[in-house]
Amino acid sequence: MENKKIDDKLYCVKFCPDENSHLKPDKNACKRCKTKVCTFICPANVYEWVATKDELVVKYENCLECGACRIACEEKILNWKYPKGNKGATFKNS
Amino acid sequence: MTNKTDVIVVGAGPAGISAAITLAKAGKSVILIERGAFAGAKNVFGGAIYTQPTKEIFPDFEYEAPLERKIITHKYFLRNDSQELGVEYFNDIHDNAYTVIRGKFDRYMQKKAEEAGVVFVNETLVEDLIYDGKFVVGVKTELENYYSSIVILADGVNSLLAKQAGLRKEIRKQDVVLSVKEVIKIGEDKINERFNLTSGEGSAYEIFGEPMNGFFGAGFLYTNKDSVSIGVGVSLEDLAELKIRPYELLDKLKNHPRFVNLLKDGELIEYSAHLIPEGGYKRIPKLASNGVMIVGDAAMLVNNIHFEGTNMALISGKLAAETAVEALNKHDFSEKTLSLYKKKLQNSFIIKDLRTYRGVTPTIIKHRREFLDYYLSKVLEFFNIFTTVDSKPRRQKYQAYIKSFFTDRCPCKFFHEMFSLIKMVLGVLCGK
Repeated sequence: MENKKIDDKLYCVKFCPDENSHLKPDKNACKRCKTKVCTFICPANVYEWVATKDELVVKYENCLECGACRIACEEKILNWKYPKGNKGATFKNS
Repeated sequence: MTNKTDVIVVGAGPAGISAAITLAKAGKSVILIERGAFAGAKNVFGGAIYTQPTKEIFPDFEYEAPLERKIITHKYFLRNDSQELGVEYFNDIHDNAYTVIRGKFDRYMQKKAEEAGVVFVNETLVEDLIYDGKFVVGVKTELENYYSSIVILADGVNSLLAKQAGLRKEIRKQDVVLSVKEVIKIGEDKINERFNLTSGEGSAYEIFGEPMNGFFGAGFLYTNKDSVSIGVGVSLEDLAELKIRPYELLDKLKNHPRFVNLLKDGELIEYSAHLIPEGGYKRIPKLASNGVMIVGDAAMLVNNIHFEGTNMALISGKLAAETAVEALNKHDFSEKTLSLYKKKLQNSFIIKDLRTYRGVTPTIIKHRREFLDYYLSKVLEFFNIFTTVDSKPRRQKYQAYIKSFFTDRCPCKFFHEMFSLIKMVLGVLCGK
């Protein structure tokens, strides 16, 4: 079976994104993080380090709400909450 | 106080629903609060529920619930890049487990709870616990506060509330496995044909080795009615250390030559991810405090060796609810009274089993590079020698194979690992 790109995988999930992010890293503290573990451990590729801007971009609307980033965050500077009650991902077929 | 009920249960997974339904059946008022649109909307697992514990809560589920297939074959595979060894256990009169889709099955559990009198509140996130002195007396949601005599936390592996309540410390990377899964539609007839099944019968696969060689992790595959659930779970610590993207591992598993034909022309219908608490016995949190108890994944009740989780969730929910009933009857919600829940868990298979296996996961994690890569390849090598016909004398080949255990690496490593293995097995069998 052909491998779909992560964006295509996420396309199969029903998302109802909130206006504001439920994932709030301390972006200044992110600058001193050496591993940037969130940028590869996230199963939805939510986090991207944009070197030109020296900034962590958070595509929270793709979050699958697993919590991996919260536990893996080296600097413990991620304010992680669940999305509000009617927001976020809905799994119908899992 | 307004809105006061006997018990508030946070989270409509198997643990929460089981607790709520047990309380309602005992005549207690209970509110079940779920952040998703329906029970199951946020719930993810590998693929199978177990008949006996499910029947304890839902006696008629085999006739009523939306089930996918009854598992009649379990297959275990050891793999490297070019070889595979498989062991199959088949038993078609065994009705031990069924594959289910949680988006459907959990809604059945929700319906049964509502029929029993549980008030189900959906699309509501519990943000905080409400305290009166040292006692938890309710929960704060985005819109309103709810009050109760007891709060049961069934809010899953991340349980931010358990942490707030001081019941649980922060989870460590080595205590959780990150699992990613795809549900791939193939069609009922094709599944029957490719997996050698008839309709209603299913398979469960567990895969060790490629593409997770040397990591603490495994692949899995379950057949549903017209789709398969396929995924990999790997320790968060290994993923972080080895800098691997979890979905790339899953893609490798799917594209292993032994799987390609099984999944051919399949259509991806859903992708999901979830953490599995695998810290075991030593990481079980404090289970009760004044006015609050913690159940299921939130209490880290998972036996990873046997892929057990939903069963422990269902039974822990029931035991917490039974404790709540006793506490309500004597109007005593103190930690001392609610600690009866801990005693009930200790007397059940849940803590007994987690205690039995307490040395297993740490031993495997410690020696994962050896057990899940080196020795795994040595097993495959044996079968290669056993099946290869090359005009060389057999005894010579066997002797060389045995010798290789001592010459591949420092012989002391072999003895050390065998000692760990024996100690681990004795730990399970004798508790030493």
